[in-house]
Amino acid sequence: MSEQTPSVDAGGDNLPAGPGAVPEPIRRGERRGMFGASKGGDTSGYGGLVRPVLYPAPSVRPYGGYFDELADTLEASLGGDTYGAAVHQVVIDRGEMTLHVRREHLLEVLRALRDDPALRFELCLGVSGVNYPDDIGAELHAVYHFHSITNGNRRLRVEVTCPDADPHIPSATEIYPATNWHERETWDMFGIVFDGHPALTRILMPDDWPGHPQRKDYPLGGIPVEYKGGTVPPPDQRRSYS
Amino acid sequence: MSTNDTETEFTDTEDTYVYGGGANDDAGQEGRVFTASGGDWDELVDEATALNEERIVVNMGPQHPSTHGVLRLILELDGETVTEARGGIGYLHTGIEKNMEFRTWTQGTTFCTRMDYLMPIFNETAYCLSVERLLGIEDQIPERATTIRVMMMELNRIGSHMVCLATGGMELGATTIMTIGFRERERILSLFEMVTGLRMNHAYVRPGGVAQDLPAGAIDKVKEIVPELRRGIGEIEKLLNENPIYKGRTVGVGHLSLTGCMALGITGPILRSAGLPLDLRRSNPYCGYETYDFDVITRAECDAYARYRIRVEEMKQSLRIVEQAVERLQHSVGEPVMVQDKKIGWPAQLSVGGDGMGNSLDHIREIMSTSMESLIHHFKIVTEGFRVPPGQAYVPIESPKGELGAHVVSDGGTRPFRAHFRDPSFNNLQAVAAMSEGGMIADVIVAVASIDPVMGGVDR
Repeated sequence: MSEQTPSVDAGGDNLPAGPGAVPEPIRRGERRGMFGASKGGDTSGYGGLVRPVLYPAPSVRPYGGYFDELADTLEASLGGDTYGAAVHQVVIDRGEMTLHVRREHLLEVLRALRDDPALRFELCLGVSGVNYPDDIGAELHAVYHFHSITNGNRRLRVEVTCPDADPHIPSATEIYPATNWHERETWDMFGIVFDGHPALTRILMPDDWPGHPQRKDYPLGGIPVEYKGGTVPPPDQRRSYS
Repeated sequence: MSTNDTETEFTDTEDTYVYGGGANDDAGQEGRVFTASGGDWDELVDEATALNEERIVVNMGPQHPSTHGVLRLILELDGETVTEARGGIGYLHTGIEKNMEFRTWTQGTTFCTRMDYLMPIFNETAYCLSVERLLGIEDQIPERATTIRVMMMELNRIGSHMVCLATGGMELGATTIMTIGFRERERILSLFEMVTGLRMNHAYVRPGGVAQDLPAGAIDKVKEIVPELRRGIGEIEKLLNENPIYKGRTVGVGHLSLTGCMALGITGPILRSAGLPLDLRRSNPYCGYETYDFDVITRAECDAYARYRIRVEEMKQSLRIVEQAVERLQHSVGEPVMVQDKKIGWPAQLSVGGDGMGNSLDHIREIMSTSMESLIHHFKIVTEGFRVPPGQAYVPIESPKGELGAHVVSDGGTRPFRAHFRDPSFNNLQAVAAMSEGGMIADVIVAVASIDPVMGGVDR
């Protein structure tokens, strides 16, 4: 990633870095209006405000802390080409490291994380799904957390995405059997199909349940509650502050 | 079926009386009775009986008193031996994670405290630590708030372990353990009621600190219950440690080796019963645990008895931490318990009034009649809440059952974009099959009790 830094900008003494030198924050959607009044009741003038939702930018080396060593070891373990193809972003944010891995290479990366003695992430602490409806082409994310006991209690997060139209991610159960139920939960809640899972069935919702409740397009539901003459709408219809 | 050479035929059973009626019964009134017999039917029956299997599939739960709540165990039995065990969950799914996406960040604690209802303070703290990391205010949390969190968590750990031992004992038929366990937990719950206003589901730990300072007399009460708890723990030890019946039921039962624990991602007392001293309070300290003096308890037997002994010893260690926390709290009386950033800190100042606990009248008088700005601020932060910069965070803590972590994602709004809880019970329940297959059906109960699953946390 960092090798692509354009050399044209390097000449100036105190000039700001040119475009591309410093990664841009990751944009996933935008936020409109200000006070949550969507029915024209906002007279403040802020109703037309449009702000992008910017997630922390990918990091460039040096990452700091043990993150550099970790990335180097993984690169050596996978081989430079595979590493470049597999890990397309590294985000260091709030003291936590996130490897954004392409789903085709997920199992290779996980196997290296578990088996390389210098990495040795013994514990996989489960899979958590996140649905970003505005992240076009990568609406569904599966997030894995790892803990290495042997190598100084290090922590690592691996994030894999898949588009809504093709919600397939390879299953990690053969490498980390602990992910069995977590993947079932993520399938149940988000509809991500974990290919190769031994029994990918619903786990929290009933077997015949339609839809995947944690997706953003799935309504919360609820009924209005009457109290002392007033009516409180269900939570997903109350005013929300955008 | 061909008609002529078949041996199968419908026979008139007027003479055979298959239903036990005698010849002198008024069979004529019943009409003629037909049975199908002979030919391939006999072969089928012979084939089935030749297997001579007593293989049955039993659904234990979800409404079974010894499955720790609404856990459904699907057991395949050969006689009394369990050949296959599978856990079925989801009977207590309440959609807490989804609901949290429709409430403010602060209201989130009110939801997550209800997940694993035996360790509410841990749920709240795991969530709040993650939110605080997202907000970037981890180093601004007042010392006193952190110490209160530690004290409450350790007391809660004792309460959770007490219930684990109590219900585990009750499932074995040992009701005295149950009464002792719940009696001791009661002391902790009454302290919690004094501090937070509620016995369970406290919503006491909030992003930025805790809801309110300890009330007058709380420290004295803690000092009072610590020796009582110590005596109660001693009572359980005397009753169970060398109890031949209890040992007969638990020693060697629910065996899960270190390899099994690693593969299944098991944490907490089960992992420590396999000899690995992994305790996040020591390995990845949070809330200043590195400054407290305590031991990580391990044993090497990998069985239910080892887990019982570990829980008892952990309660003693928790009491040590509570004593150290009390010592610190006595030196920090009057210090703030909520982050000083007015854009984040919950503005309430609670006090006991004529109609019970509520906002203090002085505070209401101040915001209602002296400053328009503080009224606006109060209204805005209570109804709208604060915004959290986009990103994700995961802060693991050592709960009584193992690693509890909240994976919290923000999109920059006033509500969590996604809050996922890695509940230790959910993960650890995967070990039911490994622990109980090949054993007796009665040992399944012991194995499940030694996992200590709480379905509120498993299903969320």
